[in-house]
Amino acid sequence: MSTEWPLWEVFIRGQHGISHRHVGSLHAPDAEMAMKNARDVYTRRNEGVSIWVVEARHITASSPSDKGPFYEPSHSKVYRHPSFFDIPDEAGHM
Amino acid sequence: MEGAALFQFLLRMGDNTLILGHRVSEWCGHAPVLEEDIALANTALDLIGQTQMWLGLAAEVEGQGRSADDLAFLRDVWDFRNLLLVEQPNGDFGQTILRQFLFDAWHVEMLRRLTDSSDARIAAIAAKALKEARYHVERSGDTVIGLGDGTDESHARMQAALDRLWPYLGEMFHGDGVDEAMEKAAIAPAAEALRAPVSERIEAVLDKATLSIPETRHARSGGKSGVRHSEHLGHLLTQMQWLQRAYPGATW
Repeated sequence: MSTEWPLWEVFIRGQHGISHRHVGSLHAPDAEMAMKNARDVYTRRNEGVSIWVVEARHITASSPSDKGPFYEPSHSKVYRHPSFFDIPDEAGHM
Repeated sequence: MEGAALFQFLLRMGDNTLILGHRVSEWCGHAPVLEEDIALANTALDLIGQTQMWLGLAAEVEGQGRSADDLAFLRDVWDFRNLLLVEQPNGDFGQTILRQFLFDAWHVEMLRRLTDSSDARIAAIAAKALKEARYHVERSGDTVIGLGDGTDESHARMQAALDRLWPYLGEMFHGDGVDEAMEKAAIAPAAEALRAPVSERIEAVLDKATLSIPETRHARSGGKSGVRHSEHLGHLLTQMQWLQRAYPGATW
């Protein structure tokens, strides 16, 4: 049996209407304590109004070695950007 | 008489949070894991912040020109009015957390009632402190359950802590002349009135933590009246008050 607590990733919403942002990680024995630890470690200076915690092992991350096939094909495809439309003046800033 | 009783009552509130806050701050940099270190420091700072409010009001009520700092740093053992529970040494982490939980369980109930105090200044302090105390009791209660219902070693340590600290619980519920004067003026609840709700909360947590309440009926007292503090308080004060004693009036 491992004596190390699992690792949790912490996401905090700084204010209403803003999305949650990854702020760091911490160790905790279960989800409830992870939430409390996140509150104590990451919101002591009034940083947040909402916290998400997720056990790090549940996150599937892309592999750095896949970065060629994953990302490079999109480099040269300017037509994927919606920048070829004339926006009517009445629409204003978009 | 009422002014004197009110002063005593405010010292009790402020000395509890001051002495426990100092005790908890002794863990700073020493806790078993980083997350607990920060959480304990947060708790200690909350308690010291509450102390500033309680002792600030105490000084105002006393009207002798003393400040909250004077009360904290320039009184000696026999002038302190905290419960014996909070001056007990930290022991291991389990003992610290159990002491915290026993205090928090009482503190939350006391503050909740003080929000209805006939003294608006007290009600305002209680409302602010209650938000912090409700988090404290949730955290300490969950940790008591986790450690009590944990490994053989953590269970044994928590049971030992409970056996050691249990005799200090009764002092919270023993009323005296100060408590009676506060109840009469509708400033604070009778000490005894907190026994049932506090015991209920404590027993529910200890049950989940698979800990057994000790058989002993022995109850220690003498802290809130100041007549018989344990030997530990003096040692704590030598640390806490050292700077102001060595360099009177020092500021930074």
